[in-house]
Amino acid sequence: MIHPKLAGLVAIASLFVAGCASDVKLDDKNAPVESRPAVSGGANGKGVTDSPVASVDLTKGNNADNSAGRVVYFDYDSYVVKDEYRPVLEAQAKALTANKSKKVTIEGHTDERGGSEYNLALGQKRAQAVLKSLTLLGANDSQLEAVSFGKERPAVQGSDEAAYAKNRRAELVSR
Amino acid sequence: MRLNRRAFTTAAGLGLAMPLAHAQFRVEISGVGATQIPIAIPKFRDEDKVPHPVSAIIRADLERIGVFRGIDTVALLDETSQPNMAEWRSKTADLLLGGSVMRLADGRFDVRAKLWDVVRNKDVGGQSFVVAPGDLRQGAHRVADFVYETITGEKGIFATRIAYVTRSGKSHSLRVADSDGENGQVVITSMDPIISPAWSPNGQELAYVSFHERQKAVVWAQTIATGARREIAAFRGSNSAPAWAPDSQSLAVTLTRDGTSQVYVVGRNGENPRRVTNSPSIDTEAVFTPDGKSLLFVSDRGGGPQIYRTPVTGGAATRVSYTGNYNISPAISPDGRYLAYISRQGGAFRVYLADLTNPEPNSARALTDSSDDESPSFAPNGRLIMYASRSQGRDVLMTTTLDGKIKSKLVSTTADVRDPVWGPFGR
Repeated sequence: MIHPKLAGLVAIASLFVAGCASDVKLDDKNAPVESRPAVSGGANGKGVTDSPVASVDLTKGNNADNSAGRVVYFDYDSYVVKDEYRPVLEAQAKALTANKSKKVTIEGHTDERGGSEYNLALGQKRAQAVLKSLTLLGANDSQLEAVSFGKERPAVQGSDEAAYAKNRRAELVSR
Repeated sequence: MRLNRRAFTTAAGLGLAMPLAHAQFRVEISGVGATQIPIAIPKFRDEDKVPHPVSAIIRADLERIGVFRGIDTVALLDETSQPNMAEWRSKTADLLLGGSVMRLADGRFDVRAKLWDVVRNKDVGGQSFVVAPGDLRQGAHRVADFVYETITGEKGIFATRIAYVTRSGKSHSLRVADSDGENGQVVITSMDPIISPAWSPNGQELAYVSFHERQKAVVWAQTIATGARREIAAFRGSNSAPAWAPDSQSLAVTLTRDGTSQVYVVGRNGENPRRVTNSPSIDTEAVFTPDGKSLLFVSDRGGGPQIYRTPVTGGAATRVSYTGNYNISPAISPDGRYLAYISRQGGAFRVYLADLTNPEPNSARALTDSSDDESPSFAPNGRLIMYASRSQGRDVLMTTTLDGKIKSKLVSTTADVRDPVWGPFGR
């Protein structure tokens, strides 16, 4: 949402600059005398621009808590759900089967290496691998959504293999 | 208008760092071009009475694009002066730019400049730019465009805008800034990631991916001047990698609603999604070719990620990147000739440039020797590439000329900066 005051300022700014074509060729001999419209008070000018930028602030809203939930870790460059996570996923699948109104989002993540968008796709692949495991274990596809944060939301900071290993993961978040 | 230039050559390999003294504006330009025109830009008359160092901004613009080399001078000069050309020739200047800046009664600024060809002893034209009170830097960039256009006959890009994302703690802000990275203004701030901004072809809107609203990747478009925003793609799964068609009527996006990441084209409000790629692999990061008929995109259908081309209507994909086994983030030059992308070589991610008219598959070359480059983007006249990199532990913005010879570090901010994207001509 644009702040109403800002909207007003933007509107005033556009009125203010309307009709002021401002590129003037300087004649070699005579510097041009431009007639400029008189401007009523308040034009001290701070922030007035021909290309305004209105700011949107999302930080005031409530932030969903996604820290709860179970985590599946992946090997480097791998999208295979390791056997060690079978008990975790079986428990999740059982809970989903028992309660058909229960929904789970699977959030895939990667380590920090590589591009944002390609990592987003790789994280998605991890989330989908977990989703597929859960459906094979009996959960209904409509109870699940696979999404990705790519490298954008690391579990831990750091640029070593220990940090990378903790960040290559899928988190199961109940909704 | 084309002028004969006295070629200026310096010993190759000499690092050229020119810090210009002024508060809030630090310039780091390095490298030596083969031919740079020496230009003297004395301080504009009354420049010290206005908020921005107009002559330093102009000089940095002209040096960044690789065509000019600034000459230090303390001379006093403005657009009404009648400079002694013999004197300037002895200072090895080929061009001389003099000007003034004046705050008008209504708060606007009048930036005036005159350019002289010192070699030919000739006045080659003057220009006056009257700009809104908040647009003084814009006035300086327009003078730089005037000089660039007068000398090269090509359209200048200094008065254009860029967008980038800053990250400070948990706060992510998409900003719009001058082409030199300064004067960044917040378009949207979020406690969750914002990635992949993309300019609409008319420069009025930005599409981007925001994770906050639905706690997953959703594509939005926002009108810059008003802040009005709308969801473009919020299908099941992740929605990302927006790119506008040249006619603004549609966008390419990556959706996962049918399984793995695939490229779709949707209408400008997200309507009528149409799947373009059909593979069991990852297909993402699509960009339109300037004619709007093809998409370049990243796919790992051959193992590692490579860049492919496919008709917008769908169909066979042709591989276009060959350097190594990890090539991502394609950007195509406005004339469609060059492809810039990120290639992983060893553990390093570097900006590469391929000439798409060169049939030799391995002719692409690295433009940098850094190790963490991301997100290359062409200036609208195709003469510079902007990209994100890392320097001294921070994410920074860089520009490079297409020959890789002149590099410039942008944005003097304390926040990490990522995902730069260069806006179109016009504002």
